[in-house]
Amino acid sequence: MNTVQQSEQAFDKKDSKLVISHIIFAFVALLIGGIAGLLQGLVRSDMIQLPAGIGYYQLLTAHGVLMALIFTTFFIIGFLFSGMSKTLGGKLLPRARTLGWLGFIHMGFGTLVATVMILLNKATVLYTFYAPMQASPFFYFALVFVVVGTWMSAAGMIYQYRYWKKEHKGETTPLTAYMSIITMSLWVIATLGVAVEVIFQLIPWSLGWVEGINIMLSRTLFWYFGHPLVYFWLLPAYICWYVMIPKIIGGKIFSDALARLSFILFLLFSIPVGFHHQLMEPGISPFWKFLQVVLTFLVVIPSLMTAFSLFASFEIYGRSKGAKGLFGWFKYLPWKDIRFFAPFMGMLIFIPAGAGGLINASNQMNAVVHNTLFVTGHFHLTVATSVTLTFFGITYWLIPAMTGRKLTPKMHKLGRMQTWVWVAGMAMMSGAMHIVGLFGSPRRTAYSDYNGHPDAAAWEPYYIIMAVGGTVLFIAVLMMIYNLYKLFTLPKGYEEYPIGEVSDLAEKPPKLFERWGFWVSIVVILILMAYTIPVIDILNNPSGGSKGFVTW
Amino acid sequence: MHIHKLEKIWLVFGIGMLGVFLLILGISTFSYGLEPPSAHQAVNMENLYDTPPFDELGLNKLNDKEYEAILTAYVFGFNTGDEEFTVPVGSTVHFKATSPDVVHGFEIPGTNANMMVVPGIINHVTYTFDEPGEYLILCNEYCGVGHEIMQTTITVK
Repeated sequence: MNTVQQSEQAFDKKDSKLVISHIIFAFVALLIGGIAGLLQGLVRSDMIQLPAGIGYYQLLTAHGVLMALIFTTFFIIGFLFSGMSKTLGGKLLPRARTLGWLGFIHMGFGTLVATVMILLNKATVLYTFYAPMQASPFFYFALVFVVVGTWMSAAGMIYQYRYWKKEHKGETTPLTAYMSIITMSLWVIATLGVAVEVIFQLIPWSLGWVEGINIMLSRTLFWYFGHPLVYFWLLPAYICWYVMIPKIIGGKIFSDALARLSFILFLLFSIPVGFHHQLMEPGISPFWKFLQVVLTFLVVIPSLMTAFSLFASFEIYGRSKGAKGLFGWFKYLPWKDIRFFAPFMGMLIFIPAGAGGLINASNQMNAVVHNTLFVTGHFHLTVATSVTLTFFGITYWLIPAMTGRKLTPKMHKLGRMQTWVWVAGMAMMSGAMHIVGLFGSPRRTAYSDYNGHPDAAAWEPYYIIMAVGGTVLFIAVLMMIYNLYKLFTLPKGYEEYPIGEVSDLAEKPPKLFERWGFWVSIVVILILMAYTIPVIDILNNPSGGSKGFVTW
Repeated sequence: MHIHKLEKIWLVFGIGMLGVFLLILGISTFSYGLEPPSAHQAVNMENLYDTPPFDELGLNKLNDKEYEAILTAYVFGFNTGDEEFTVPVGSTVHFKATSPDVVHGFEIPGTNANMMVVPGIINHVTYTFDEPGEYLILCNEYCGVGHEIMQTTITVK
């Protein structure tokens, strides 16, 4: 009785404030990034021309930074803080919360400065900011603020976790908190690369303190960060899939230990793999490229485990309700429940999204798709659909749980409509991008008919489909913003923060899973193995450094 | 740690497939020479056009139906020397490229010729043109405000 009452307690007010601030900031970034995205789609298909002063690549920079870096990071940190609060003691320790706010302020300040620099056309370098294109030093400083802010938040979460461990000696850490700590560890280790690039290469060079920059080193450091970044987006969605979805459908978590193992494998195999983004580049030998390709593909293993575990949860639940036949359990899933439906559509789309990823990373096949719209289509399925729809699905219960409100059937319906519009828009846009990418149409390129070349003429119908899909997606963004507003006006009440229980059959996870020293050492060994020799090779590059160029 | 029997089958099958897949990638890379473009030769950016091979841009005939094409990718175009590339049908062309300024891309749509053109290093890609036509060469890496106009052609007849 007592526990029931406790679990129905409203979320700690101070914690909700921290979480909600992150979520609202994320959705503002989504809205602005969405406007940029809409305009890009219309320019690329030659439907409109931008009014004087705004450049296509400026919009592209804003879209990439605000969507891929800001929307995701703010949402993730807000969501993970809520899970830490919920599962590690019911509220955040004052120090953890303070670190969270400090992080928020730093990230927010960095975002504002970066956005202003992009709008002033001082940083039209896209979100990959490849040297030797040289943005304003303010842009690089802004990035430092964003990254350092995330480190403060990570420190807050780790502080909360360590305190809990001290108070609960010998107990297994709740799954949500365990997974959150892995996600933030992955992030901190990965951002070290980009931090070194920005602080030791880009900033001194953009301030004129050093003349030349080692281009290959900067690219290698960027992609050391750039690939784990995608797992930083994905793992919070996996937390929802592993922990929250089983509870939402009324089932149990299939296996606690295997869920933890899959997260450990993601931690190990998402960092030493950046070269698969650099397969077409000179200066790195085929052997080291291939080694990192192999390491890249090892994430297939935890992905297979995840797929099995999720569908096992679904099937066990369906059968417990009397489902018959091989796929009869499918009918028993709560299709009308937006908390399930949006993430489920994300999972479904992760199947083609993952397959596209395998193609991208395949040593030779990469030559067919590298820097074409195929890649753009790919990550609009992964991060912009699988991850984003899952984040939307989370928002539908997170906001009411934070504000002491209750989801209504009407809200579920609005959510389902929003999800369908998103999926339809994305199917058109990403589908067209995949196909026209296979024909060779380059990504990150404004409209061009290439002097009337017939190859380029054949791409035009796909651009129209992309523009239509992009417009539908923009409508879906507006619907989501409206839904977010509606979530704050729901009737007062109680909405559950869904934390799944482990199946009775599952056993306790081995103690080894929480020996962080051990796992981080393996991560470091793998990174050193994959990077030491090629980086020495790059450092010995005799061509000298490059000066900066402003080509926009 | 207990693993469900069906999950074991699923994982053994999946990991087995992965092994076969990686083996194929590895064999095609190292035994059949299908390596991604990974040339290693450095070149000085400052006096690029005085440095071989970029002091003589354009096509060099190496053998019957085998050519070397020396070019640079710059903001915003491809420097192919005095004239655009023209080769007979069935020619194998070794493209050698670098950049005097920012990072560019080199792509011939409809073929597997695709590489990054990075200043300070020479990159190579080889392609055999079995079909006649005017092939588009474009830049597929954002390089600045005129990125979308960067193009040249190679004519195969």
